[in-house]
Amino acid sequence: MNTCPEQIVHLMHAYLDGDISRDEERELKAHLESCPECKEIMNGLTESIAFIGSATPIKAPENFVDSVMTRLPKEKSQANAQRWLRRHPLFAAAAMFLILMSASLFSSYGNDQQFSVTKQPNLIVEGQTVLVPAGETIKGDIVVKNGTLRIDGEVDGDVTVIRGSKYMASTAIVTGTSEEIDEVFDWLWYKMKQTVKDIFPSSNDDKLDE
Amino acid sequence: MDDVINKRINEVLKGDQNAFEEIVTLFQHRLYQVCYRMLGNAQESEDIAQEAFVRAYINIHTFDQKRKFSTWLFRIATNLCIDRIRKKKPDYYLDANVPGTDGLNMYSQIAASGELPEEEVERMEMQERIHYEIGRLPEKYRSVIILRYIEELPLQEIGDILELPLGTVKTRVHRGREALRKQIGNM
Ligand SMILES: [Zn+2]
Repeated sequence: MNTCPEQIVHLMHAYLDGDISRDEERELKAHLESCPECKEIMNGLTESIAFIGSATPIKAPENFVDSVMTRLPKEKSQANAQRWLRRHPLFAAAAMFLILMSASLFSSYGNDQQFSVTKQPNLIVEGQTVLVPAGETIKGDIVVKNGTLRIDGEVDGDVTVIRGSKYMASTAIVTGTSEEIDEVFDWLWYKMKQTVKDIFPSSNDDKLDE
Repeated sequence: MDDVINKRINEVLKGDQNAFEEIVTLFQHRLYQVCYRMLGNAQESEDIAQEAFVRAYINIHTFDQKRKFSTWLFRIATNLCIDRIRKKKPDYYLDANVPGTDGLNMYSQIAASGELPEEEVERMEMQERIHYEIGRLPEKYRSVIILRYIEELPLQEIGDILELPLGTVKTRVHRGREALRKQIGNM
């Protein structure tokens, strides 16, 4: 049995790890000179390391690289898009906004088959036809959905006809904008303009005031 | 070296899968060698080393380019090897005797204890014997001994790969050396 201080074994490993001070190294060498048992342990450790270290380098099989490349998941355009979006968070946010918006807008477009009209005094409604009578002035915007708008008089505001038709007599006057919306994209555009107007309600007024 | 690798990594990140081929080519032998020494047999090592590259590819966006790529890659591989070792019994560690293959594969089925009869060990060629002695090491010591004396990596880098404090790496290297000395004994 080895009765030498455990410190000596520590010094052996410190020596093998290359982190030993000069004093410690001298202490170790002195001990090994005088102690055959420790000398044998030290030789055993050194030889074991040398033995393992003499292993011949192992190479990967011939087809290794090709095998890895065929095992990689196929680049999907979806994956590319995701990666791209991850690196362009602002665009991702904008895209998300548009997707959510258009989803709700499409559904509102599709569900809305009912005739409707903005309630304004002096408007005459007969079935699905809305009449701005001659000589009358409607103060405010008119929106007609799924119906016909006939303007003989005057509208002091915007006129919008969604999925319907509009007739304007020679006497008709519309002070604001006048548009007809039939296609989904017109509808979207209209909705988005409305949204912008809702968000920045005073922007037009400011311009008018200047 | 790291500049070239980071350049390829950025190409992979941009969606160029072929840029990854150069990375595999550069590291294939080192990675395979570590797996082979850890697992002991060629078939499993090939599978795990390939898997390591696939995982590296999938997770390449998580690699911090300020760090050393080989450390990150070796971490993936050693983790896979350690998982594999823990999931199986010790008697599958080393290749069974396969006729017509080179000396490194010339192992007989080894007993559950991981030991071979002494006369069989003594008949081994030196390279077989080295492989056998590494394979007999407990997994904790095997990984550090392979990284230290086959890969010749500094202790700190071994700690980074295995995610162990430097003190723990040193202790394991010491115990690994002790274990080897006792295994190999008086050759
Ligand atoms: Zn002594």
